[in-house]
Amino acid sequence: MAARFSLGVWLFSLALVFSVASPAFAVQPDEMLKNPVLEARARALSEGLRCLVCQNQSIDDSDAPLAKDLRILVRERLKAGDSDQQIIDFIVSRYGEFVLLKPRFEPHTWLLWLATPLVLLAALAGIIYSYRRRESVAEAPKPLTAGEKRRLKRLVGEG
Amino acid sequence: MIAETGHYALILALGVAIVQMVLPVIGTRYRDPQLTAIAVPAAQLEFILIAIAFFALMTAYVTSDFSVLNVWQNSAAAKPMLYKISGVWGNHEGSMILWVLILTLFGAAVATFGTNLPRQLQANVLAVQGSIAVAFLLFIVTTSNPFIRLNPAPFDGQGMNPVLQDPALAFHPPFLYAGYVGFSMAFSFAVAALIDGRIDAAWARWVRPWTLAAWMCLTLGISMGSWWAYYELGWGGFWFWDPVENASFMPWLAGTALLHSALVMEKRDALKVWTILLAIITFSLSLMGTFLVRSGVLTSVHAFAVDPARGVFILAIMGVFIGGAFALFAWRAPLLSQGGLFAPISREGSLVLNNLLLTVACAAVLVGTLYPLALEALTGDKISVGAPFFNLTFGPLIVALLIVVPFGPLLAWKRGDLLAAAQRLMAAAIVALLVMVVVFAFMQKGPWLAPLGIGLGVWLLLGAVTDIANRVKLFGATPEEAWRRARNLPRAAYGGALAHAGLGLVVIGIVATTAWRAERIEALAPGQTLDIAGYQLLFEGVEPHQGPNYRARVGMFKVTRGGSPVTELTPSKREFTVEKNTTTESAIHISWRGDLYVVLGDQLKNGAYSVRVYFNPLVRLIWLGGLVMFIGGGVSLSDRRLRVGAPKRARAKAEAAAAGE
Repeated sequence: MAARFSLGVWLFSLALVFSVASPAFAVQPDEMLKNPVLEARARALSEGLRCLVCQNQSIDDSDAPLAKDLRILVRERLKAGDSDQQIIDFIVSRYGEFVLLKPRFEPHTWLLWLATPLVLLAALAGIIYSYRRRESVAEAPKPLTAGEKRRLKRLVGEG
Repeated sequence: MIAETGHYALILALGVAIVQMVLPVIGTRYRDPQLTAIAVPAAQLEFILIAIAFFALMTAYVTSDFSVLNVWQNSAAAKPMLYKISGVWGNHEGSMILWVLILTLFGAAVATFGTNLPRQLQANVLAVQGSIAVAFLLFIVTTSNPFIRLNPAPFDGQGMNPVLQDPALAFHPPFLYAGYVGFSMAFSFAVAALIDGRIDAAWARWVRPWTLAAWMCLTLGISMGSWWAYYELGWGGFWFWDPVENASFMPWLAGTALLHSALVMEKRDALKVWTILLAIITFSLSLMGTFLVRSGVLTSVHAFAVDPARGVFILAIMGVFIGGAFALFAWRAPLLSQGGLFAPISREGSLVLNNLLLTVACAAVLVGTLYPLALEALTGDKISVGAPFFNLTFGPLIVALLIVVPFGPLLAWKRGDLLAAAQRLMAAAIVALLVMVVVFAFMQKGPWLAPLGIGLGVWLLLGAVTDIANRVKLFGATPEEAWRRARNLPRAAYGGALAHAGLGLVVIGIVATTAWRAERIEALAPGQTLDIAGYQLLFEGVEPHQGPNYRARVGMFKVTRGGSPVTELTPSKREFTVEKNTTTESAIHISWRGDLYVVLGDQLKNGAYSVRVYFNPLVRLIWLGGLVMFIGGGVSLSDRRLRVGAPKRARAKAEAAAAGE
């Protein structure tokens, strides 16, 4: 269990739950491929794959044993000549979609991906609507409060 | 005895908070000045009682009183004094006490210094504050009591997680909490205004300093957390889009929007309903952050279901306050009058755009944080939402916002001239473009977007300079006139420009270090060297070292650059004896170009050590920018109009006008 701890305060509780703080020390020299092109691809792929037992940490950043296994797995598939897509499909078939840091666009994530644009559109529509409405209603003077009415009476000499 | 005193004070405080919540509201409702006036001494007394409880707990930590369960669980006799003190809030129970301490501190401040507030508003604000205190004190007393005793008392404590034993982290939680809880002031003012059914520009002037102070604390707290993560976690990352971080980032985004919309309300009496809503949203997000982390729901939906007592309690607090506030808003907001009209192209219009982009960006973070939890709870499907999602949704909104930031301050209120503003910004735009071209020409490596990012940061910096130059008529008046104007410019103008410039620094830092960071991972035996970013590192070997409560292995690196010695770096691995844990201490050489960052790894089979070295260009600008934003907030806070207080001046003016008639 590698702890990629972030903003500390909230973390106190998490830290106590896990009560482990291991040094983050991810990719090991002996794991790396000799071929720099393949190694670069391995690093790029690793950045998009989640270390399953960590908090939102990629296998590239994690030193958990599971992350190491996944890194080696990615490199083995690369050496075997798989394409990036084949490798990702292979790992998802083994570990499930949870392993992807970028969720796929599928029915159960439509709302996730579309929520932000929808909120933006709704907010824009809201602004335009309220602006139009206020423009059409000429600024009506506010009715006076009771205190202001009393003061007005006093000022015009009726008090 | 001391722990019992603290426990007693805590329960007394709960009683006082109930009084503070109930009586002033009855007083304002039935126009009983004596009941209304109870709010002030109640708020002050409550602060004193919570302070007693807090210092009682701190005494237990400082004296290592392991007969207190909380101290035994989270401290150890050999721990350095600084971490004994920070250990008070380094755990669930203690951090909740700190939360309430800051809450009551703010309440007492309103009671003591808010003498220029209308009595009724002050009483209602303090009553709302009291109700928040009641909720959290009930939570502490029933589920999270830090004063429970152990019998017999153990000989030594279990210690504190070593990664948390760090100076930056010792002060990070108080700032973060001051930020969260500070937004409760804006919330209380908003609810009080809704109860009252009246709101005006003076309201915004009273709320702004509290919001600004909360925003400053949150900015500093987030920067500290990010800085800590950078050097302590051992791989030089500074932001991870972790739900825990998002929990603090969402109130910051909403709070930033609130600062800007309160500005419109104060100056132009417009956007009232929206500002009230935003104040409620901002504090709701703070409460949600508390829920997310304190309930354990983030670790796993199942962990939450196993031990739900705390989680359900916070969920109930959240439901009552957020639900109650929104219901009150729906009921009372239509009564509030709308003020000042403005054209779409105007200072108000630009601030509406600011609010639009900030709140939608905040919604993007919210969706990305909660969606996986909701999906798992509803269907059992587990998905991950990581950096790529936020880059695609949050990223474009923030870039759009950053592009328009310099225009805002240059537009006039009510009706602005976009063309004139663009002309004034011409010089800034040309320099930013030149920087882009130069960066593009010299940095062949790295993503093509990076030069654009650097140009954007420069644009923000120069936009801030243009803002001030324009206000003092630097190029249109004589130097004497410009100097006179510079001295008379309100501090808020300087504060705003500083904050925007700080944002520019943050952008440059993030882009540079993300795009052009260099990395070497190698197995080094003593005597071998490694080259990175123009530096040569000679690995001299590893030595043992004994710390106060840990043993360490220290790697010795001699760093040279072009043959001349630069520094010696000593990254280490620490083994904490009590906690049975290890941490990685990175060693960092700081220069104006960037950080040389060295981490010592494990010993490999052949006797060599695995070593990780990074060069992070301009990474310091991220935290320097955060600091500049904090200072900008402080300068703005010291503005005369916020210190003097609106109503007195308005009254003086009205009297002068009356006398003149």
